[in-house]
Amino acid sequence: MIHSLFLINHSGDIFLEKHWKSVISRSVCDYFFEAKEKAAEPENVAPVLQTPHHYLITIYRGKLFFLSVVQTEAPPLFVIEFLHRVADIFQDYFGECSESVIKDNVVTVYELLEEMLDNGFPLATESNVLKEMIRPPTILRSVVNTLTGGSNVGDTLPTGQLSNIPWRRAGVKYTNNEAYFDVIEEIDAIVDKSGTTVCAEIQGVIEACVRLTGMPDLTLSFMNPRLLDDVSFHPCVRFKRWESERALSFIPPDGNFTLMNYHVSSQNLVALPVYVKQSISFFDSGPCGRLDITVGPKQTMGKTVEALMVTIHMPKAVLSANLTATQGSYTYDLATKVLVWDIGKLNPQKLPNLKGSLSLQAGAPKPEDNPSLNIDLKIQQMAISGSLLFIRTF
Amino acid sequence: MSASSAFNEEKGGSSSVGEPEYGHDPASGGIFSSDYKRHDDLKEMLDSNKDSLKLEAMKRIVAMIARGKNASDLFPAVVKNVACKNIEVKKLVYVYLVRYAEEQQDLALLSISTFQRGLKDPNQLIRASALRVLSSIRVTIIVPIMMLAIKEAASDMSPYVRKTAAHAIPKLYSLDPEQKDQLIEVIEKLLADKTTLVAGSVVMAFEEVCPERIDLIHKNYRKLCNLLIDVEEWGQVVIINMLTRYARTQFLNPNMNESLLEEGSDKTFYGSDEDEDEEEEEKEKKAEAPMAKRKPYVMDPDHRLLLRNTKPLLQSRNAAVVMAVAQLYFHLAPKVEVGVIAKALVRLLRSHSEVQYVVLQNVATMSIKRRGMFEPYLKSFYIRSTDPTQIKVLKLEVLTNLANETNISTILREFQTYIKSMDKDFVAATIQAIGRCATNIGEVRDTCLNGLVQLLSNRDELVVAESVVVIKKLLQMQPEKHSDIIKHMAKLTDNIQVPMARASILWLIGEYCEHVPKIAPDVLRKMAKSFTNEEDIVKLQIINLAAKLYLTNSKQTKLLTQYVLNLAKYDQNYDIRDRARFIRQLIVPTEKSGALSKYAKKLFLALKPAPVLESPFKDRDHFQLGSLSHLLNAKAGGYQELPDWPEAAPDPSVRNVEVFALLERVTTLTSVPEWTKCSSREKRKEKRVEKPFYSDSEGESGPTESADSESDSASGSEMGSGLEESGSGSESEGSEEGSESEEEEEEDEKDKKKIKKDLKKPVKESESEQSSEEEERKHQRKSDQQKSDSESESDEESDSESSQSESDDSDSEADVKKKKKAAESKPPPKPVKKDTKKEKKEMSLLDLDDFEPAASPQVTPVNSFLSNSLVTDLEGLSLSDAVLSPANISPCSALKSYELLHRIRGEGLSVEYCFSRQPFSPDGNMVAVQMQFTNNATSEAKNLHMEDVKLQSGMRVKEFPEIELLPAGETATAVMGIDFCDSTQAANFQLCTHTRKFFVSIQPPVGELMRPVFLTENEFKKEQGQLMGMNEITEKLTLDAKCRNEHTIVQRVTTAANLSRVPCGSDKECRFAGRTVTSGSLVLATVATKEGGAAQLTVNCEKMVIGTMLVKDVLLALTQ
Repeated sequence: MIHSLFLINHSGDIFLEKHWKSVISRSVCDYFFEAKEKAAEPENVAPVLQTPHHYLITIYRGKLFFLSVVQTEAPPLFVIEFLHRVADIFQDYFGECSESVIKDNVVTVYELLEEMLDNGFPLATESNVLKEMIRPPTILRSVVNTLTGGSNVGDTLPTGQLSNIPWRRAGVKYTNNEAYFDVIEEIDAIVDKSGTTVCAEIQGVIEACVRLTGMPDLTLSFMNPRLLDDVSFHPCVRFKRWESERALSFIPPDGNFTLMNYHVSSQNLVALPVYVKQSISFFDSGPCGRLDITVGPKQTMGKTVEALMVTIHMPKAVLSANLTATQGSYTYDLATKVLVWDIGKLNPQKLPNLKGSLSLQAGAPKPEDNPSLNIDLKIQQMAISGSLLFIRTF
Repeated sequence: MSASSAFNEEKGGSSSVGEPEYGHDPASGGIFSSDYKRHDDLKEMLDSNKDSLKLEAMKRIVAMIARGKNASDLFPAVVKNVACKNIEVKKLVYVYLVRYAEEQQDLALLSISTFQRGLKDPNQLIRASALRVLSSIRVTIIVPIMMLAIKEAASDMSPYVRKTAAHAIPKLYSLDPEQKDQLIEVIEKLLADKTTLVAGSVVMAFEEVCPERIDLIHKNYRKLCNLLIDVEEWGQVVIINMLTRYARTQFLNPNMNESLLEEGSDKTFYGSDEDEDEEEEEKEKKAEAPMAKRKPYVMDPDHRLLLRNTKPLLQSRNAAVVMAVAQLYFHLAPKVEVGVIAKALVRLLRSHSEVQYVVLQNVATMSIKRRGMFEPYLKSFYIRSTDPTQIKVLKLEVLTNLANETNISTILREFQTYIKSMDKDFVAATIQAIGRCATNIGEVRDTCLNGLVQLLSNRDELVVAESVVVIKKLLQMQPEKHSDIIKHMAKLTDNIQVPMARASILWLIGEYCEHVPKIAPDVLRKMAKSFTNEEDIVKLQIINLAAKLYLTNSKQTKLLTQYVLNLAKYDQNYDIRDRARFIRQLIVPTEKSGALSKYAKKLFLALKPAPVLESPFKDRDHFQLGSLSHLLNAKAGGYQELPDWPEAAPDPSVRNVEVFALLERVTTLTSVPEWTKCSSREKRKEKRVEKPFYSDSEGESGPTESADSESDSASGSEMGSGLEESGSGSESEGSEEGSESEEEEEEDEKDKKKIKKDLKKPVKESESEQSSEEEERKHQRKSDQQKSDSESESDEESDSESSQSESDDSDSEADVKKKKKAAESKPPPKPVKKDTKKEKKEMSLLDLDDFEPAASPQVTPVNSFLSNSLVTDLEGLSLSDAVLSPANISPCSALKSYELLHRIRGEGLSVEYCFSRQPFSPDGNMVAVQMQFTNNATSEAKNLHMEDVKLQSGMRVKEFPEIELLPAGETATAVMGIDFCDSTQAANFQLCTHTRKFFVSIQPPVGELMRPVFLTENEFKKEQGQLMGMNEITEKLTLDAKCRNEHTIVQRVTTAANLSRVPCGSDKECRFAGRTVTSGSLVLATVATKEGGAAQLTVNCEKMVIGTMLVKDVLLALTQ
């Protein structure tokens, strides 16, 4: 299926290549570079490109392009999903997935790629199995290795590949048994100019960190499972148990993993935690405009709103911004025309406000479209959907 | 080719600048920067004794490979380390080997024996990895070895090794497609495998090697369906895609009746549906006659099984799996059930943008066919300002497809916001989308048109231009009503500069000049003025406009038209000149002009059909959704067409054949009539026995579904006798499902009890099983899946308990179960025994291998001078016999001579050589080559000698003594010795005379790489017994008509290979023995003849390369 993989950095250098079948010249990437030239943003490069003899399937992660070469029919999602899995594994191993980290650990990366695919077909993609075969580098280990001549390759043979539950290795032992579950919920909402919510939906993800001895079998149940409209699970979760009794029953992988993703149906009206009052206008008379934005809390259930940030993509004609913020700081990037206002914590007593004038390019026509505002925020200790969970261990 | 390599070098060169960056690698620090003859130094490190140095060198080499730099010149140095003890070095050597073996085939062969040894390792993981690397080495010469290894591994005890074998199949196939038939046999065998580990990989192999052999799936269909949920995610994708194709060939279209009933009710506004309906109508017509009698459609229980077992996978975290299930439902499920996939697909829209891109493409196709499915999720397709352009455009496409009378107002409002976006490509796409909505939904046409007209006053020219183009298309539908819009657009010509928009306006005015009789000539006047500055496309439309006006209103425009035509006559563009000439002839009546000009008006002002604005995704669903071909809308290589539904279902019983056969074997005692009922139960039991990890979550389940299958069976019983079987089958299944779900409820309470039982159970079972490793695994699995096991146990119990209705049956069922257990517990011991035996042998073989370079004790070269053991002494004695006895059989006259130098190339000197089969006295490890020099020239040749010998590593040559003088017309002979190192590599050298040099090469047939030894029948049998397994190659053949008697067989074999005959009691068998010249490995060949010319050739040889090549040669000799 997957013939070759090229890793390409932001500026278009191929810094790693791996072939699982016969070697394909890296000139095949030229088609990709051509497409990249045409697209203004790296995100806009089509993920699937057709060349005379090959198909190029690309993902863009962490400012890197993972470009895979496919020669025959293969489900594109299969390849894309696999490439993301590769990036996830790198992240898991090295803490981040960036060019410098990959270059520093090029041998480990190569060994990983070798194990993950066999003849283009995925072989071992579970991080638990891989870690049994190739140990992730740590500073301590690399020091020890240089002194003793040891290696990162596991001495024992991985047994995980043989079992029916490849995500968990055998013989796990902890002195402190612990399991943590993080419930992260995101509201994704579109609000129109007048402030009415066009659409809003809640997505949640349960991240788990389980350090338990042996082969634990866990059951997790929800207070209000009806809220969950649509779910997807880690393969360890027993589907049928969920369907029959709406409980999560699973043997967890060892360490960190994403247990489930869920979606809370948008039929229930979602209360947005903040509101924004904005007025951005450009004058016909002179080359300037005015901007006035205020953010206030709406329904926060007594919790504080943190990491509040407003991002505005300005029209091209806007040359500079002369603004004053009552709270936080703002930056205006001239090249990308993006105005970022980093507010931080929202103080309900004193609402943050950003006000001032924009100067436009002389002679340019007045931009008539209102720029769109992106607002990011975080609230700790609050589940918007209101579903809590309980856990039982066996 | 050369260009690309040049490019490579260049790239490599440029990246070498960034090299020191790798200095961060703790292991490789410092050294990089310090010296430049890196390769020499790497070689040195590889040759050292220290593992740490080797490791460091390998790390640097792998880093070079990763950067795409050429490291092939290190091959010999690296390959030496293939047997290194250090695991990491070994792994890195494998990486290197797989990368460069294809380029350095000869040297790669040196490593093969290491892997062959690994294939026999008692540890399954080592066996698997050896097979994996061996099969990844792309060297054609080892194809037979790979084939053998795969065959062996396919029947390995360990499922992991079998999985690796499945992986190796496509590799071998791509290396040598001629092996297809044999590979299919292996695939067939592996398809029958019951472990989840193997299933995905073997289906992958099936898809790559023989996707057309759908018949292989029949027997495994149900098993695959049931295992599906436990297969690893990548395998699931492949299996689901394959089963989709399978189901399309085997089951009936579940929508065939519905389409008749609700025709029209669910019609979308695209032509596509009509097409489909037409098709279906055609089908219906064909089926019309039987239709009258046909009962309502009943879904095949197997079809239902597939749908039911794939459904939970919609909840997978893997987008590819979700997509695979979605396409399966789209292509296979009844219309009412397809809806379930929408939610899952919408969920995927929150994933990475690449995933969104692919999913949206598929949703776009689906939304044309089944609009209702995605309507509830309309808002999920609303566009976010942060989406990449390509995603925005795709979402627009979906929104447009979903638009209907009820939701169009919300969609249009949404579109209005989009038009204000800063992304101009997206705005253009939005305007087109509005245009499509307007054409499709009559009610909003006017609103859309008005909106678009408002856009004409937009400041952005691109927006205006796009609007003009769309308005033009809309106006074409009903021009009468909209003369004011046309007038408005006429005014725009002053401002708009985008050529396409200008051309559109001109075309509109020309086309509808009757509606704007006053303005049109004025526009032409303005255009005539600016004609020379316009773009070509606009110029063409100006000419068109002029022509049309001339025809309708010649009074006002005659002069203008002529002016325009004159301008065009001298235009730079030949298209425009041609058009002008053509139009002038057509519209201006002259004496010369023919009949055509009478019809000019009709030609120019004919009614043109309005353009159809349709989705680019229309009709894309003839490609299997989710495939690459669908995404590209073009057939990708290796794409398997999705077949149309069959008109009549093929025999469904093909899928249960296996079960019956099995049953027959097991239950010879049970009465015949019960079979039919048993079949489904048996099947179910099969599930139980092989029950994998999470099978408690298997197929059975929610009340809705069991109700489904019940209703199925109910209607099934109405059907003719043909379907009765399956009907009753599903019925019993249904009732069992019921009891099972009860169990599940009780499960929790019983838990503790079960665990106790479990503890006993493994002990019991372990008695019957001997393989320790297998058992260990089972143990592990047991503890993993206490539940599933315990369930199956309790299942037995409850089966017998809850047998209210079928008490008799359950008894017999229990019987069957026991018997089956017995039957199942029997087979395993056999392979186990075999295996242990094999292992013993292998051990001895291994020892041999280890000693290899210093010839093993039993192996004595012919001309060995010293022999330390009595055995070898005796052998040496018997050898003298051997030399004498075969002399009778293999006469020297049969020696084949080969040409070394043709007399034309050699300018009169011709040289032939033959393998004399005499021991080469100076060195026993060499093969004697007898050369015959003939001087056909008129002048004499002097100083014949050889020079510049080029050999593969390990090979040696003993040159022939120089021939000082060869007079014209004379012939001379000389003998040289070559140590071929037991390989068929050619020895290259130069043959020199006093004037010329000729490049020549000698390549031995494999049969000449051995010398005869004499063995007694018993010795032969003993030796053969030690060379079994991988070292034995057997081929069936049909003997040539001329060589059916013993004598000719012996003659042909000995001609092909330098072997001696071994006396044999049976006249049906001819045996031969020899040893390879260099290493003295034993080579044994047996030809067993049967009646009618059939025969079987068996070759046993420690060196598998030699063995396989010898088989080929001997086969050739015997069949020709």
